[in-house]
Amino acid sequence: MATGMGLLKGLWVTFSTMFTKPVTVMYPNVKELPVDRSRGVIALDEDACTSCMLCARQCPDWCIYIEGHKEEKPPSKPGGRPRTRNVLDRFDIDYALCMYCGICVEVCPFDALFWSPEYEYSELEMKPLLHDKAKLGEWLTTVPEPPALEDR
Amino acid sequence: MSFYLELAIKMVVIFAMVPATALVIGYAELKLSAHMQSRIGPYYAGVRWGWAQLIADGVKFLQKEDIIPDNADRRVFSLAPAVVMISTVALFLIIPFGSSGYAIGRNVDMGIFYAMAISSVGTLGVLMAGWSSGNKFSLIGALRAGGQLIAYELPMVLGVVGVIIQAGTLSMQGIVEVQIAQGWPFAFTQFVGFFLFLLAALAEMNRTPFDMPIAESELVTGYLTEYSGFRFLFFFLAEYANIFAYSAIAATLFLGGWGFWGVSAAWAGPFIVVAKTFALSFVVIWFRWTFPRFREDQLQSLAWRWLVPLALANIAVTAILKVVI
Repeated sequence: MATGMGLLKGLWVTFSTMFTKPVTVMYPNVKELPVDRSRGVIALDEDACTSCMLCARQCPDWCIYIEGHKEEKPPSKPGGRPRTRNVLDRFDIDYALCMYCGICVEVCPFDALFWSPEYEYSELEMKPLLHDKAKLGEWLTTVPEPPALEDR
Repeated sequence: MSFYLELAIKMVVIFAMVPATALVIGYAELKLSAHMQSRIGPYYAGVRWGWAQLIADGVKFLQKEDIIPDNADRRVFSLAPAVVMISTVALFLIIPFGSSGYAIGRNVDMGIFYAMAISSVGTLGVLMAGWSSGNKFSLIGALRAGGQLIAYELPMVLGVVGVIIQAGTLSMQGIVEVQIAQGWPFAFTQFVGFFLFLLAALAEMNRTPFDMPIAESELVTGYLTEYSGFRFLFFFLAEYANIFAYSAIAATLFLGGWGFWGVSAAWAGPFIVVAKTFALSFVVIWFRWTFPRFREDQLQSLAWRWLVPLALANIAVTAILKVVI
């Protein structure tokens, strides 16, 4: 290619791009659908959670608050040892701290945490960004179905 | 019409034209740059197409606090934007918008010489701004601007000399009349001069690819670093009005000013001039959003090792042909 042709090529690129349709999505009016895998918000399936604290301990930002207590149930046979069950009292994620690494989702052994593609939960203050377990449970309804297994 | 009335009207028109052209070209830059990058650009200001964006920006600048740094040389610091602005306003004086005497601020006999001289005053303002800011980025930016001016003033003036030799006059009106009389613009014969003038004008305006003095990413906009509010607005308006002024001078010198084949200059003159000017302004904006900036040493070596010899060769050839033909 002759010297200087690159300059003309560059000029042509900007000139022709000028007449193409802009790729901008007019956000508040038109919404781009996020892909299912996108990391919008973390949802909690409260029934699956055993308050094992693995997620809270793996969280690099320490943005997960878990409190639970142990409840005793009557033994299955008379005179046996009482059965125990962990009850989740508090499960909060502070999205002001969360860096969306997803380690908690990966580390959860009971599939209680899920990524949801919802992203519109900005707030004017820090405090409402602390989502409690009720709110995290609401996000569960927005979690898309996992993709079907591939054929072997 | 009495002399003083004419003077007053012309002053008002010229002082109104500077911000008006700056707004139009500034808006064009916002929109064109956006579409060149597949964006939309200003959209909500005003009702359609964001046409009021720059007016909103101007109002915003007026509301901002006027900050003068402690280290700044207060008097020089506040004078610098005015010096830059004055040089731009003074450039508008000699742009001919039509064949009649009323279509030009002042028909100076050595109009182009005056334009070359007064445009350098703006760089003095830039140097003042950089020196008085008390900031190392400002100083580096200003000194780069100074070095760039010295380097590119030469090819610009030398590039224009070819036109002057061919036209045989320094008057802006006269140069246009020669082009209309001969029936074709000087861009055909003085294409080297046209090329040199455009490149040097880009450098004088500190536009990419010659925007080393205000390089945002390394000098935080150079000599503008410490300016805010109204003073910054002055620099901003001067920058965009300068694009119009230089484009208009180039249109006058090389594209035949108000003349166009088959169009009566009597009423269409100003429109033709403005159309040619905006076409050249488009090229300036187009270059900015296409090319990256030169490195400082490349920029200097381009001017001294290529443009100046090219301009001298152009003058020699033009002079020889003028005598021979």
